Amino acid sequence: MTPTAIALFVLSAMLVWGGLVASTIYLIRRPETSAYPAGGYDESPEHSVVVRDT
Amino acid sequence: MSTTTQNPTGTQREQFSGQTGFILSAIGSAVGLGNIWRFPGVAYENGGGAFLIPYLVALMTAGIPILFLDYAIGHRFRGSAPTALRRLGGRWGRWTESLGWFQVGMSFVIGLYYTAIIGWALSYFVFSFDLRWGDDPAGFLVGEYLKVSNDVSVTGDIVASVAIPLAIVWIAAIVVLALGVSRGLERVNVVVMPLLALTFGAVVVRALFLDGAADGLNAFFTPDWGALSDPNVWIAAYGQIFFSLSIAFGIMITYASYRRRRANLTGPGLVVAFANSSFELLAGIGVFATLGFFAFQQGIPVAELEGISGISLSFITFPAILSQMPGGAVVGALFFGTLTLAGFTSLLSILQVTSAAVQEKFGLTPRSGAVAIGLVSAALSFALFSTTSGLYALDAADNWTNNIGVVGSAVIMSVLTVWVLRRGPELLYHLNTVSTVRLGGVWLALIGVVVPAVLGYMLVRAIVTVVTEGYEGYPAGFLVVMGWGALIAIGVITAVATALPWRHHKHDVEPWPPYAAVTTIKEN
Repeated sequence: MTPTAIALFVLSAMLVWGGLVASTIYLIRRPETSAYPAGGYDESPEHSVVVRDT
Repeated sequence: MSTTTQNPTGTQREQFSGQTGFILSAIGSAVGLGNIWRFPGVAYENGGGAFLIPYLVALMTAGIPILFLDYAIGHRFRGSAPTALRRLGGRWGRWTESLGWFQVGMSFVIGLYYTAIIGWALSYFVFSFDLRWGDDPAGFLVGEYLKVSNDVSVTGDIVASVAIPLAIVWIAAIVVLALGVSRGLERVNVVVMPLLALTFGAVVVRALFLDGAADGLNAFFTPDWGALSDPNVWIAAYGQIFFSLSIAFGIMITYASYRRRRANLTGPGLVVAFANSSFELLAGIGVFATLGFFAFQQGIPVAELEGISGISLSFITFPAILSQMPGGAVVGALFFGTLTLAGFTSLLSILQVTSAAVQEKFGLTPRSGAVAIGLVSAALSFALFSTTSGLYALDAADNWTNNIGVVGSAVIMSVLTVWVLRRGPELLYHLNTVSTVRLGGVWLALIGVVVPAVLGYMLVRAIVTVVTEGYEGYPAGFLVVMGWGALIAIGVITAVATALPWRHHKHDVEPWPPYAAVTTIKEN
């Protein structure tokens, strides 16, 4: 491969694959927001039944 | 383990079991046939290595913003595209519901022909073991396998060799969808996506060690900086990102609605978007390393090769290469196995859009919804795409549905949300409240200005092109039936489905988290 092609390959890999690695690491470290507003446990208060199928 | 919660229609609303299952399912939807056979050719023809710049700009300014818009609508308004958009519309709900059905209609039509292509890939997976196409892959595809008619017209002659794998794909898809979101769709993606990465990775590694691979990679990565001043290159980049991410035709709205309310949206969204692009880059490397080998074998430069994208690449050029490659049978099985799996996980998401919409409107269970939609779709799919005119029909329907239908849907959805209904700030608040990656006002500017401007231009250009130039030299009458006809069929689906009464039409949904300007969306 030519030096220019190699440089573009490295740049592409850094930005695209690097973006995947960075976003994955960030998600692993912060999977959920630290504080939610009250509520939000189900579709609506009158429909709060949760069924686990296993 | 999966969790289901009750939805406003009185039936149990399904949910993804967790973040990983959702992410793998969303990646499974985004990574499809286009990643493998479209991206490499588009990048090569639009600046090579320089294409990276418009590609990433398009990803950040349109792809990810629309992905987040889909997530926000589906997650906040807890439903398939018609349900969620109806709730988004408030007192204009019946009108916005019709946009949802338009998206469902496009998914329905795309599902019909997408299944056919997966059936082809499945056939070629089998053909790979004895390299059945011999030394004339083109003749084998159109003659022996598809038995394509000489005239470009709609025929009813079923081709058994196409119909049998098509039936297998439909049966598998219906079974998976009937099992439900967590036990069917999610479990398949959790198993298939790692397998897909492994098999395609093996194909790429093999390709890198072929004679001439470096020449192929040179062709792929060498930048043509002059291309950056060509507006068509930028449009190609926006088009690639847009069509690759499974956005704006109901898939991500539907998937996001299956996440629990307290679920991170933007963080996983970035992983999904970059995973999709990562697979495209990997496909570019694998495809061009292989094309480099093919050019080396023929003693010509890569630039003189033909058939480097789309159906030609996968079903003509690649088989020709496999015939010359040491271990071609194994590589062929891996390649077509990958193509089948990538297509199948995308197909599941396309069919789930229709199934979920019908379930919610007509009060059906996931099983009955999947079976009903699956049987109707399969019948139409056989009638239109397992025939001797299937190749032409597929080509025309795909061009009209994607380039006009899906792009138009994205333009309308963004303009409607930001400028007509003015719900952009509420959706921004929603994303920021439940997510770890916070968005600023720039997201509103992107979905309100950049997306409508760029995609609006693409839409107008696509319409002008097909009106003035036709498509692929096909007869005008055929294009009226299979091109414009596909859009007319989608319009009829939209009108009829919107007009039909909801089985459980009186239900209010309390959007959570509460937003100061609007707390309860009451349907009319």
